[in-house]
Amino acid sequence: MSSASPVINPALGIAPITVPTKSMGGSLRAVKIVMQRELIRFREDRIRIVTTLLQPLLYIFVTGTGLSVLTRNNSIVNLRTFIYPGALAMSVMFTAMFSAGSIVWDREFGFMREMLVAPVSRTAIVIGKGLGGTVVATFQAVIVLCVAGLAGVPYSPTLLIEILFEAALLAFALTAFGIVAAVRVTTFQGFMGMTQMLIMPLFFTSGAMFPLSKLPTWLAIITRINPLTYAIDPIRRAVFAHLLIPASVREIYAPGVTWDGWRVPTIVELVIIAAMGVVLLGIGILQFQKVE
Amino acid sequence: MKEKTLPAVDSANNLISRDPEPGEVSETQGASETQWAVRTSNLSKAYGEIIAVNAIDLGVAAGETFGFLGPNGAGKSTTIKMLCTLVRPTDGQAYVAGYNVTKNRDAVRRNIGLVFQEPTLDSYLSAEQNLKFHADLYGMKRSIVASRIREVLEMVGLWERRESKVSTFSGGMKRRLEIARGLLHSPKVLFLDEPTVGLDPQTRSSIWSYINNLHETEEITIFMTTHYMDEAEYCDRIAIMDKGQIVALGSPAELKGAVGKDRITMEVNEVQRTIESIDKTFGIRAELREGVVSINVEDGARFVPRLFNELDVPIRSISVSRPSLDDVFLSYTGTTIREAESAGPADFVKTMLAAQARR
Repeated sequence: MSSASPVINPALGIAPITVPTKSMGGSLRAVKIVMQRELIRFREDRIRIVTTLLQPLLYIFVTGTGLSVLTRNNSIVNLRTFIYPGALAMSVMFTAMFSAGSIVWDREFGFMREMLVAPVSRTAIVIGKGLGGTVVATFQAVIVLCVAGLAGVPYSPTLLIEILFEAALLAFALTAFGIVAAVRVTTFQGFMGMTQMLIMPLFFTSGAMFPLSKLPTWLAIITRINPLTYAIDPIRRAVFAHLLIPASVREIYAPGVTWDGWRVPTIVELVIIAAMGVVLLGIGILQFQKVE
Repeated sequence: MKEKTLPAVDSANNLISRDPEPGEVSETQGASETQWAVRTSNLSKAYGEIIAVNAIDLGVAAGETFGFLGPNGAGKSTTIKMLCTLVRPTDGQAYVAGYNVTKNRDAVRRNIGLVFQEPTLDSYLSAEQNLKFHADLYGMKRSIVASRIREVLEMVGLWERRESKVSTFSGGMKRRLEIARGLLHSPKVLFLDEPTVGLDPQTRSSIWSYINNLHETEEITIFMTTHYMDEAEYCDRIAIMDKGQIVALGSPAELKGAVGKDRITMEVNEVQRTIESIDKTFGIRAELREGVVSINVEDGARFVPRLFNELDVPIRSISVSRPSLDDVFLSYTGTTIREAESAGPADFVKTMLAAQARR
């Protein structure tokens, strides 16, 4: 039992505030630590790294090899190489979405409250989450890039850097998408289900598994509306630009996206993805301000 | 038992007051706003038709340990959430550490520490990483972070476990880590919402020894809620809350003194006959509470021999107790806290709705 000393300290009233007032630097620091937490959790979660790597490997080696049987005699391009960009994108997409899903996890297990009562803006929290997911999913892309050689993709430094940059943009857009999806979901299980439901249709209508030319009109229209198309196409074009194959073959496998006959340049495709990411993150921030 | 006295606190506020004067806040706001760690006037929160907190006037002096007592659903948590800027009041004002909780939310947040009833730790991170996260989020000066983390971890006896993941911690360790985190940024006011609920008695008492020692190491005001009567005894002052209102306010000793009477409880074989017999012989109304017959009398020690002499019913055991906080609670709310607990929140809502309908 404590002593009966007086408990009032007269000096307390003028004790200095030890926590500085809100500033730009403070917000950046909050962004950084929220982001770092995502990285720490990704690093600790080795099972997740392995499982998200398994999926692209299955696509590349099982689907790619299996389908190669059909084209073995009349093709100089390995179908594994063709499927590789889609498999890479899929890995990035799932990693980014799961990372955004930590918002749901945080809310379900109480940690969100620790962030919401802190003297930082919610914008900083959302941006931190967005950047964290981007970095984590880009890192996943690095892992998938390590096995590129097995899919017949050359280890050219310029190619790897280009793919990595494009994967990072995709990671950012998908994390932002995941954040918007996560704001109103209450359980992590619900979020996982929703992720499957959103990603699979996006993936299958993006040209990840087939070339974008000579499609029936309905499918051509869907692929052009699907934003994911503009993320996978540049990666595939980059890969095929680095293969020593005749231009006519390249035209079959990586024809690029056309709008009414106009071939959309890579830079426009990348701007589309980046803009999607920024707009979605903005929506996520706005939604996050509203929830109590 | 410890009997703390509060020097130099506004005497009107220090007295048992069922009905504090609403004008107080505005008068003291200008000159002495730093003297009050927490100050509210007419603070209210309504959820639709249901009034969870009804016009609370409260002043907690800097350096005090202030307890908020009441059954579940009495409005304690809602009040604390308003003070912590998590819930917006529907009416009235509240100042914490001198800042308005609605107009100056960030300033309030910088000056308070929070320990919630539900865990808010990241169990994937280590104890130290959880604290590091907090330090960065609160923008603590980098040069002091490491030493301060060590200080608070040592205070709660978790320094050796700093690198362990929180998922490996027991319930009591997690709560201690939460308290350490709540203190990390040297808040002026520490809010503890049911800090010991769901913990075993040994852990509860160790948590309390940390809380009691806080005043020696930190310049801090502690504002806590509890529904354990024995824990409320540790507080300098307590407010009893019932149905959204403060029904009693004062130090434990004052509150018990106001009840005055001792309580005699006895185990008997024939309850009804005993109650009737006590009524007939002494004109005192006895009640059956929690399995024992209980009566309240001025001087219990002198009354027991009379009871034995004049009462003609068998008594298996008898005990006399000075008024406890249970009695205080009983006298102000008309029910013991255990009875109020078992009534449950659903009942509370019904009561509230009934109260609404009467108006």
